[in-house]
Amino acid sequence: MAKIVGGITTSHVPAIGRAIAQNLQQDAYWKPFFDGFTPVQQWLDEVKPDVAIVLYNDHGLNFFLDKMPTFAVGAAGQYCNADEGWGIPTLPPFAGDAALSWQLINSLVADEFDITTCQEMLVDHAFSLPMKLLWPQHETPPVRTIPVCINTVQYPLPSATRCYKLGQAIGRAIAKLPDDLKVVIIGTGGLSHQLDGERAGFINKEFDLRFMDSLAANPQWATQYSNEQLVEYTGTQGVEMLMWVATRAALTGEVRELHRNYHIPISNTAAGLMLFDNH
Amino acid sequence: MQETSKFNVPGTYLFDGDLAMKGYALNKMCFSFNVAANRQAFAADEAGYCRQYGLNDEQTRVIRERDVLGLLAAGGNVYYLAKFAGILGLDVQDLGAAQTGMSKEAFKQMLVAAGK
Repeated sequence: MAKIVGGITTSHVPAIGRAIAQNLQQDAYWKPFFDGFTPVQQWLDEVKPDVAIVLYNDHGLNFFLDKMPTFAVGAAGQYCNADEGWGIPTLPPFAGDAALSWQLINSLVADEFDITTCQEMLVDHAFSLPMKLLWPQHETPPVRTIPVCINTVQYPLPSATRCYKLGQAIGRAIAKLPDDLKVVIIGTGGLSHQLDGERAGFINKEFDLRFMDSLAANPQWATQYSNEQLVEYTGTQGVEMLMWVATRAALTGEVRELHRNYHIPISNTAAGLMLFDNH
Repeated sequence: MQETSKFNVPGTYLFDGDLAMKGYALNKMCFSFNVAANRQAFAADEAGYCRQYGLNDEQTRVIRERDVLGLLAAGGNVYYLAKFAGILGLDVQDLGAAQTGMSKEAFKQMLVAAGK
């Protein structure tokens, strides 16, 4: 039977791609960020998950405003990274598992999530860079992946409550799989940051830390807030913490926080990282 | 009426249906900058490229003037505008400085201070 072995939540920032390309991991600016990943890399080497379901938000690589799905699930044999327009190196394709994707899709739709299915899906830095952070020694990560994209581009965005329920539905879908698979859920985005408007540069350390504290024992804490409130407290792009909410909700067993890191700033972002195991 | 019309956080904008309609041509042009050949075509003839995508006079002006807040007001979405910024070689601290009226160094110091 398939089992969710744990969840990993991390920030994603294009500048990380440049830092990796230039080998700046031990540079004073980047070291507090990159060093935070070592315990998570060790955990992955020990647990060796077969599959990673990656919850992320597209930044205008795969989706444009002509068709903007609220929730989109990949159903491809592989997922390509591509030029996002600002010159960070393109990473090699990521392995998918189309048959497994369809099992997830069938279960989600039966569970009343009317998702968009994607047999072709370009994955941007929000998907690709966390893979490089988690498996830095591998050309491509040693897992089959299923991308799950949540709209944070165009309002209305799905609420934290809705994202929490999506995470629970993913958890139920995995529990039903007959195959003997170890699945890790990876959520990428946040934490507090704002790129646009006169309030650009907004960061809220106090709220971020309260949110991180909530995730182990009280994972529904963030669902008390509307997205408008989350933007007020965490910045326009801080709302990407929805990926963390959904990731944590997929862990339905006994959950322990194994590791965390929090560092300000990486680029304009308060960078967070958490690792949970799920028994 | 948009739900987001009740939202009122100074200096903070939600990209809702109204802005998505208003900024469609502008964002579509910026989305095209994912392709290197399109970035080169824009650089070779900015005004012509704006016309090709049907930008209105205001959108064409704020592109020409690299007016970040003006681009947002004209319906630009930050994720697509980031690709325009990429052409100009600007990073997010440059954009932050431009929008807040700070120097880039002061903006970066503000970010560092948020972690104390």
